[in-house]
Amino acid sequence: MNIVVLIKQVPDTWSERKLSDGDKTLDRASSDAVLDEINERAVEEALKIKEAGDAEVTILTAGPDRATDAIRKALSMGADKAVHVNDEAIHGSDAIATAKVLAKAIGTVGDVDLVLAGNEATDGRSGAMAGMLGELLGWPSLTHANELTVENGTAKAKRETDEGTSDLEASLPAVVSVGEKINEPRYPSFKGIMAAKKKPVTTLGIADLGLDASEVGLAGSLVQVDSFAPRPPKSGGQKVEDEGDGGAKIAEYLVGQKLI
Amino acid sequence: MQLSTEHEELRRTVEDFAQKEVAPVIGDFYIREEFPYDLVATMGEMGLFGLPVPEEYGGMGGDYVALCVALEELGRVDQSVAITLEAGVSLGIMPLVRFGSDEQKQRWLPDLAAGKALGGFGLTEAGGGSDAGATRTTAKQDDGDWVINGSKAFITNSGTRITSHVTVTAVTGRDEASGKREISAILVPSGTEGFTVAPSYSKVGWNASDTHELAFSDCRVPEENLVGQRGKGYGQFLSILDEGRVAIAALSVGAAQGCVDESVRYARERQAFGAAIGTYQSIQFKIAEMETRTVAARLAWHDAAEKMAAGKPFTKEASIAKLLSSNAAMDNARDATQIFGGYGFMNEYPVARHYRDSKILEIGEGTSEVQKMLIAKRLGL
Ligand SMILES: Cc1cc2nc3c(=O)[nH]c(=O)nc-3n(C[C@H](O)[C@H](O)[C@H](O)COP(=O)(O)OP(=O)(O)OC[C@H]3O[C@@H](n4cnc5c(N)ncnc54)[C@H](O)[C@@H]3O)c2cc1C
Ligand SMILES: Cc1cc2nc3c(=O)[nH]c(=O)nc-3n(C[C@H](O)[C@H](O)[C@H](O)COP(=O)(O)OP(=O)(O)OC[C@H]3O[C@@H](n4cnc5c(N)ncnc54)[C@H](O)[C@@H]3O)c2cc1C
Repeated sequence: MNIVVLIKQVPDTWSERKLSDGDKTLDRASSDAVLDEINERAVEEALKIKEAGDAEVTILTAGPDRATDAIRKALSMGADKAVHVNDEAIHGSDAIATAKVLAKAIGTVGDVDLVLAGNEATDGRSGAMAGMLGELLGWPSLTHANELTVENGTAKAKRETDEGTSDLEASLPAVVSVGEKINEPRYPSFKGIMAAKKKPVTTLGIADLGLDASEVGLAGSLVQVDSFAPRPPKSGGQKVEDEGDGGAKIAEYLVGQKLI
Repeated sequence: MQLSTEHEELRRTVEDFAQKEVAPVIGDFYIREEFPYDLVATMGEMGLFGLPVPEEYGGMGGDYVALCVALEELGRVDQSVAITLEAGVSLGIMPLVRFGSDEQKQRWLPDLAAGKALGGFGLTEAGGGSDAGATRTTAKQDDGDWVINGSKAFITNSGTRITSHVTVTAVTGRDEASGKREISAILVPSGTEGFTVAPSYSKVGWNASDTHELAFSDCRVPEENLVGQRGKGYGQFLSILDEGRVAIAALSVGAAQGCVDESVRYARERQAFGAAIGTYQSIQFKIAEMETRTVAARLAWHDAAEKMAAGKPFTKEASIAKLLSSNAAMDNARDATQIFGGYGFMNEYPVARHYRDSKILEIGEGTSEVQKMLIAKRLGL
């Protein structure tokens, strides 16, 4: 099996995240960057498949120089090799432009059976990549998988929604995006950390992918951020006076917010 | 010393684990005085117990410095978990790595390195810890066995569900030439007849760690359970204590750092007399001193570790690091508790745990007085 895992380095959710005033893209320099946790789960799922049978796991990311840290983390968890698409021209790409880049890059990995992604990146949060890639590659895409089994050329996934559980099935090759509940990712071991140093990482520019600068980046994007404003500060909230019926009032409020 | 990229990545991994998995749950284990088996299992999967163990015995093939790096991060968050790893490796594993026979290594190390088993080392007795040469426990040869009689006090990791063995020092005879008592180290598997583990002590700190008194009454183990050379048990142990001191120093620096982290955060948040307490100079100065002690102590363990890794003598440096860092941890814990006011006295707060835990750092693996004796001796006194 040939598995590609899409990973993204994102600003640490613990740090304050900002958009830059200049070109209104994410200000990636101002916060700590980490491998998105949902991608750790995607890597974990790939490693489980590898451990259960026989698979080669390739990490793929489109990102700047420092995305190498995220790549190394995925490699130290146990993935075999990586492809890093690193090109100034990609800066500011929207979801479709990113998907184009990733689809081409997947093509460089050989006969791929399975592409694993997160269901939604914690920064961009378009939750679109798996669907778009399926479309571009002409492969089925099973999104929001909270359980995955891959055998005999088929991928079976369970997707949980508010309404219930869907059982999804597709023949390979396929794109699968994983949800929060799919697994608990492992911590890299020191042996893994040492081994990651020696694993091959191929760095590609968009020219290597047969793409032109006009097809990606701010220029090649259908969506552009026009203006933005910080989220207004939280208002005071609603105070519930307890006159013996505090519990009921809180429940009423929560029902009103569709929280219970 | 500059941490290598790999050590830095290990540090971040352990930091992540400590913050996400240890911090949220350890307070409850501590209050219940319960051993955190699941955390130890995860640490095992992460390979932390196997860091300095050769790969052929299931280890990470790494170095001792890597262990120290991990201990500093764990110590920042919780000392019980950190000491379980520290003692598990420096006392449970290293005697076998350094002095064990190939058979002993093959039999015991793989599970120990994977964190599936824990080992203890019993040197201290009720009658004396600092003067470890005064061991009263005896082991006599009889019909291909060692027959052990005596007791050991305060032995870490000796009574968990996963403890596989305890190595104990015992008098095995007298040196014919000098007439001096000959002390050897003997491995006793858990569950051996005649080996009893007393119930847990009620301790002031390290309450989620495992410490017991051990008794040996005509306890028989095969002759091949001798670890290292007969009559060299004490000397061997002393050589292992040197590296153990660097490990304890790293753990202590972590504790000192944990106190700084918590104090800085709290000083910014806590309001008194209309301002955050961190705006008052007396609090600022306290925290500045805490930071200074922490950085100085870190430099000291790095210095000792660098010499250790280079194969240079490091006994004095290890003692300096242990002395400085255990003092830093205790002083910082006291200051942090003061900064936290009444909350600092509540067990559920990390600084309260550090306050209770740090005292033993000045006692275990060589008291502060013993460190000073060793430093003075290296100065020719
Ligand atoms: C205002 C704004 C400004 C932005 N500025 C920038 C910018 O300057 N630079 C920039 O890179 N992005 C920027 N983006 C984000 C960019 O549009 C998205 O990251 C990208 O299109 C993918 O969408 P997503 O992150 O929402 O992916 P989702 O569809 O939410 O992600 C799902 C999964 O797809 C995979 N994936 C997503 N992105 C990548 C990637 N790059 N490489 C490998 N796998 C991936 C991961 O597995 C991820 O878990 C910006 C977004 C906004 C809203
Ligand atoms: C939680 C815990 C875990 C432990 N784990 C282990 C373990 O796993 N294995 C193990 O073998 N031991 C272990 N110990 C024991 C520990 O190492 C000893 O307690 C320590 O070495 C001190 O020995 P002692 O208690 O006998 O004190 P003593 O040696 O009796 O010392 C009492 C006091 O006298 C001072 N003193 C002694 N000699 C001199 C001198 N010559 N000059 C000046 N002052 C002196 C000491 O510094 C100390 O202040 C543990 C202890 C605790 C509390």
